Amino acid sequence: MKKNIIKIENLKREFVMGNETVRALKGISFSVEEGEFVTIMGTSGSGKSTLLNILGCLDKPTVGSYEIDNVPVSNLSKNELAHLRNEKIGFIFQSYNLLPRTTALENVELPLMYNASVSSRERRERALEALRLVGLSKRIHHTPNQLSGGQQQRVAIARALVNNPVLILADEATGNLDTRTSYEIMALFQELNAKGKTIAFVTHEPDIALFSRRTIVLRDGHITKDYPVENIADAALALAQLPKEEELEANS
Amino acid sequence: MKAINLLKIAWKALQRNRLRAFLTMLGIIIGVASVIAMLAIGEGSKQSIRNQISSMGSNMLFVQPGSDNRGGVRQDFSQSQTLTLADYKALKEKNTTLTDISPQVNGSGQVIFANNNWPTSIHGVNPEYLNIRKLSVKDGSMFTDHDVLAATKVVVIGQTVVENIFKNGEDPIGKTIRFNKIPFKVIGVLAEKGQNTFGQDQDDIMLAPYTTVQKRIQAATYLQSISASAKSENIAAQASEEMSSILRASHKLKSGDENDFHVRSQEELISTFSATSEILTVLLVAIASISLVIGGIGIMNIMYVSVTERTREIGLRMAVGGRGRDILLQFLVEAILISVTGGIIGVALGIGSTLLVASVMSWPTIITMQSLVISFTVCAITGIFFGWYPARKAASLDPIVALRYE
Ligand SMILES: Nc1ncnc2c1ncn2[C@@H]1O[C@H](COP(=O)(O)OP(=O)(O)O)[C@@H](O)[C@H]1O
Ligand SMILES: [Mg+2]
Repeated sequence: MKKNIIKIENLKREFVMGNETVRALKGISFSVEEGEFVTIMGTSGSGKSTLLNILGCLDKPTVGSYEIDNVPVSNLSKNELAHLRNEKIGFIFQSYNLLPRTTALENVELPLMYNASVSSRERRERALEALRLVGLSKRIHHTPNQLSGGQQQRVAIARALVNNPVLILADEATGNLDTRTSYEIMALFQELNAKGKTIAFVTHEPDIALFSRRTIVLRDGHITKDYPVENIADAALALAQLPKEEELEANS
Repeated sequence: MKAINLLKIAWKALQRNRLRAFLTMLGIIIGVASVIAMLAIGEGSKQSIRNQISSMGSNMLFVQPGSDNRGGVRQDFSQSQTLTLADYKALKEKNTTLTDISPQVNGSGQVIFANNNWPTSIHGVNPEYLNIRKLSVKDGSMFTDHDVLAATKVVVIGQTVVENIFKNGEDPIGKTIRFNKIPFKVIGVLAEKGQNTFGQDQDDIMLAPYTTVQKRIQAATYLQSISASAKSENIAAQASEEMSSILRASHKLKSGDENDFHVRSQEELISTFSATSEILTVLLVAIASISLVIGGIGIMNIMYVSVTERTREIGLRMAVGGRGRDILLQFLVEAILISVTGGIIGVALGIGSTLLVASVMSWPTIITMQSLVISFTVCAITGIFFGWYPARKAASLDPIVALRYE
């Protein structure tokens, strides 16, 4: 049996706002094994981001247990959580969250700046390697405002890869991108998954979920469905089948 | 996190906002520069007053008449006639602590040679006056004790007098000049001394035997002052006391009576004037320090703005593994970098403007190592002090809240 990367049991998360309590997660249990590619689906407000933040050790559940890579996180201090995020998790956001006026290379180096065991030379080599993996070797000295949305998200993916995490978490990573660029990013995720990376991917678009191996559907803080994807779509193929840009222009 | 990484991160953050970093520094730059310039000017003037006074002779003592109470009527200080030749003689005979002593009577009026005249003052003294005042004769010679005894009409004159009445470059020695119509023979010219600290021209002076001045010009027997020099600087205070007791005996004052004279030493003068310029320095530095504090508040202000503006950046740094302490240190190091860089520029500017003031306005200035170290330390502390609260605020942010910040 493969080892579990994510193991949660009866997870609840409540937000107290004044005298009102918002119950965003109402008791969720599931496990994700090493090498899986899971999409977490659901309408807006169903609790996807709340769940992902807990998976990413940015937030703590009100009730329930969570083990990442067999490490129980409930009793960890703030600093230990930061250490865990630094070593085990790669986070990708909808709005990229790159440092402005900072080159792609420096952005990718960032997580390793907080890892004292990595020398500056190793840091640079690993950042260059991560940028090569996402196909941006020729853009390493570009700042975010000199890059397209897709390229910025690639930099963010490289940043998530650079610390060689056991788990990659993406929250609506394609939410700001057009179809073509979204497919390119999904092709990249599939490529990473094929190399063995465990990925949990939040989206509300059903066609994006088709590129993963398993779908968990959330509604109103509960899991309503959890099923393996039967006909996994190949993002690279889907990309090739998209009408070419010239054709689009000709038709319009 | 490694210290080097911390420095790199803070430095890059400042690089991303160079103009703002510079504007933030401006307060510190001006503060440090003005503290250094003010201290240099204060220190310089203190030193120059000290030099001036001790160049007059730091073991010098002089006696001035005080108010005369014996008639039951207090008299105006300038008209007091409590100091007499008898006092001078008593001091000269009884003292054990003095090397030189000279009476002094002053007269003022016009000095005339050929068609030139010049208003000046004449000091009636004895030859010892030169030693007491640290004067020397450049050309010719000083009059002698014989001249004093015989009350001869000879003068030794200062350079300013020479320049104003010997306009054609004649040799003054041996010439006869008239002071208030009385003819005097010039027998010597004093070496130049220039202006003193108080702006007086020390070369606008004529020296004649006191006997001559008393008889010919003042027609009186009282003295304006008595100058003396103690055997050494160390015993100046002792000498001052001895002179007082000799004078009290000579004036037949009873034990309860006030002195009707004043004995002053140069040391006293030095400490009075240094105290004044000390106060001035403290004031100047206080003003300059205020601008340093304002500079510090400027840093705090900008750091707060910066923390708010970079909330998402802080959230991201935490998400990729930055601990609260790393964030705190980053912002603290940024604040310190700003203040220390500002401090370095300020020190350079302070030295530069001090040199400028020294050369353009020819003010005496002294830049002490101490002032550089102090102002630099103060501004580093300013950075820590005013950077601390914004940095704490940044470090205490919750990662998700920070990431979601709009
Ligand atoms: N910090 C918070 N404070 C209060 N309520 C919150 C907070 N975060 C999320 N919620 C609430 O929790 C629910 C789930 O939110 P979220 O996980 O962001 O949904 P999704 O990402 O699926 O759109 C929503 O009703 C939202 O209003
Ligand atoms: Mg969401």
